[in-house]
Amino acid sequence: MEERELRLMKGNDAIAEAAIRAGFDAFYGYPITPQTEVMEYLMETDATARTGMAVLQAESEVSAINMVYGGASTGHRVMTSSSSPGISLMAEGISYIAGAELPCLLINVSRGGPGLGTIQPSQADYFQTVKGGGHGDYKLLTLAPSSVQELTDFIPLGIDLAFKYRNPTMILADGALGQMMEKVALPPQRPRLAEYPDWATNGTPRGKERRFITSLNLLPKEHELVNIRLQAKYREMEKNEVRYQEFMCDDAEYIIVAFGIIARIAQKAIEIARENGHKIGLFRPISLYPFPMDQIKALAENPRVKGFLSVELSAGQMIEDIRLAVEGRKPVGFFGRQGGMVPTPGEVEEALYKQFNIK
Amino acid sequence: MEVNEIIKPENLVYKKSRLMREKPFNFCPGCGHGVVVRTIAEVIEEMGIEHDVIGISPVGCSVFLYDFYNFDVVEAAHGRACAVATGIKRVQPSKYVFTYQGDGDLAAIGTAETMHACNRGENIVIVFINNGIYGMTGGQMAPTTLEGMKTTTCPRGRDVRTMGYPLNITPLLAQLPGVCYVTRHSVHTPGNVRKLKKALRTAFENQRDKKGTSIVEVVSNCNSGWGMTPKQANEWMVENMFKKYPLGDMKVDGKLVMDMNEPR
Repeated sequence: MEERELRLMKGNDAIAEAAIRAGFDAFYGYPITPQTEVMEYLMETDATARTGMAVLQAESEVSAINMVYGGASTGHRVMTSSSSPGISLMAEGISYIAGAELPCLLINVSRGGPGLGTIQPSQADYFQTVKGGGHGDYKLLTLAPSSVQELTDFIPLGIDLAFKYRNPTMILADGALGQMMEKVALPPQRPRLAEYPDWATNGTPRGKERRFITSLNLLPKEHELVNIRLQAKYREMEKNEVRYQEFMCDDAEYIIVAFGIIARIAQKAIEIARENGHKIGLFRPISLYPFPMDQIKALAENPRVKGFLSVELSAGQMIEDIRLAVEGRKPVGFFGRQGGMVPTPGEVEEALYKQFNIK
Repeated sequence: MEVNEIIKPENLVYKKSRLMREKPFNFCPGCGHGVVVRTIAEVIEEMGIEHDVIGISPVGCSVFLYDFYNFDVVEAAHGRACAVATGIKRVQPSKYVFTYQGDGDLAAIGTAETMHACNRGENIVIVFINNGIYGMTGGQMAPTTLEGMKTTTCPRGRDVRTMGYPLNITPLLAQLPGVCYVTRHSVHTPGNVRKLKKALRTAFENQRDKKGTSIVEVVSNCNSGWGMTPKQANEWMVENMFKKYPLGDMKVDGKLVMDMNEPR
């Protein structure tokens, strides 16, 4: 096991420290609450002096994501982080990155919308992240951490998966994860890349054919083939990259499904409900795309399981995927708070009892 | 004398750069784009930097650059070329990075990206084709469209009271301290092409010497979009475009050389 350094860190600071240690070549970003500390930390701790990593404050999120596109096109490890309204501005660039099949890491420390909304935590960007966001048929590998530790660990994992599939990875965090402090075990410094993939446009090597990066195809026949290839890649991701965690599901009669920060609260609610003699379990999707469809389906097929409750910081978005997995086999209820409000474990517990008529 | 007797190395006066692929241009006959595209290739070949160069081709008639060149090219979204160039240059500072942008791209949708890349003094070359119209989408009004000039979205001529004035952007960019070199050229005569070539060479040498942003504007024609023959288009360009966009250097080696009182 590699030597890890223990620190008490704020989520946003941990993102930055993890990015430096993961050997990123560049961070391009634009300030937005509640993730601004990411770039502040990179500048304050002088990431450039530490590893040679480029850190640049762009003039907008539109520009930042296109800088990411540029850096990624040369096969370097590049990333950006933002929050909901900023991610909306990046949607065009994200679609181009997905279309041109470039690896990069994107982080959404999401906040309440729509519009300017609020700076408090929210999960209302679930649809935007896993169902599109930008134009065209594309998918983002999406990881949803529920602790500062996971947020930290997903940074090297996220960029490595991005390179594995030549596809952008999104870490969907939220304002609470970005702002809260937790104990973090930091990995040792990993070197920056010394070699770049063959497809990377970083100057045609001698004796080699020139490379180009594009998402353009005027001929529909050709472009359909591109789309078919992309879809085949997504199926491969669905096969290999499903991540989830089960908590007390082995004997559970009712299952709460929750991701990210709200899964922590749901876990507490389950502990209380268990003390009251109710057999409740937690299913936590860690990869939101690919979504753990088969695993939820298996729970739905289990005769012991009587129902599901989706708990989200939104009006109910992930619940649509849960229902697709459950396929009507069991009732699927919903409980959520919106607009930056976060429920207490007691509220989640109450919602559970109400949904399934238990007490 | 037979044709084959003439084809000898000593009789060679011009040849296609080896950095140009066999792919035929998709530009309309008579358009200036092709001349600029191949002139860039000639400069890169003569400087011997083709293994270290990355071109950026944003949306517009410039988007197919990667089809024409034998060196690495990255396509960019409309207006985002300077941001993409920045992203590349910051992780690969020793490479030569250039953008090839039209007027809609550089002076409308990409104004912010252009202005800020120049303001940071990004060590890149910007080639800017100003033909006063959106060519690829079929002849709509551009920020640089002249007053009274007809396009499909100003069919009765550009009315500056409601549509704004022609945006003469390069003199604005020239005033930014990060910008090292701003010059304006054309490709309607062999002499002008030679001047352009020299300017492009200066621009790439500036990048080699890390002097900051170099901008080479080319006032060009769009005979299809303008609804003219190539000859008429060039004549119209000389008569009208050059009045609003006069040729010459605006900034050299970081020093403004233009007369700000002149109607640039």
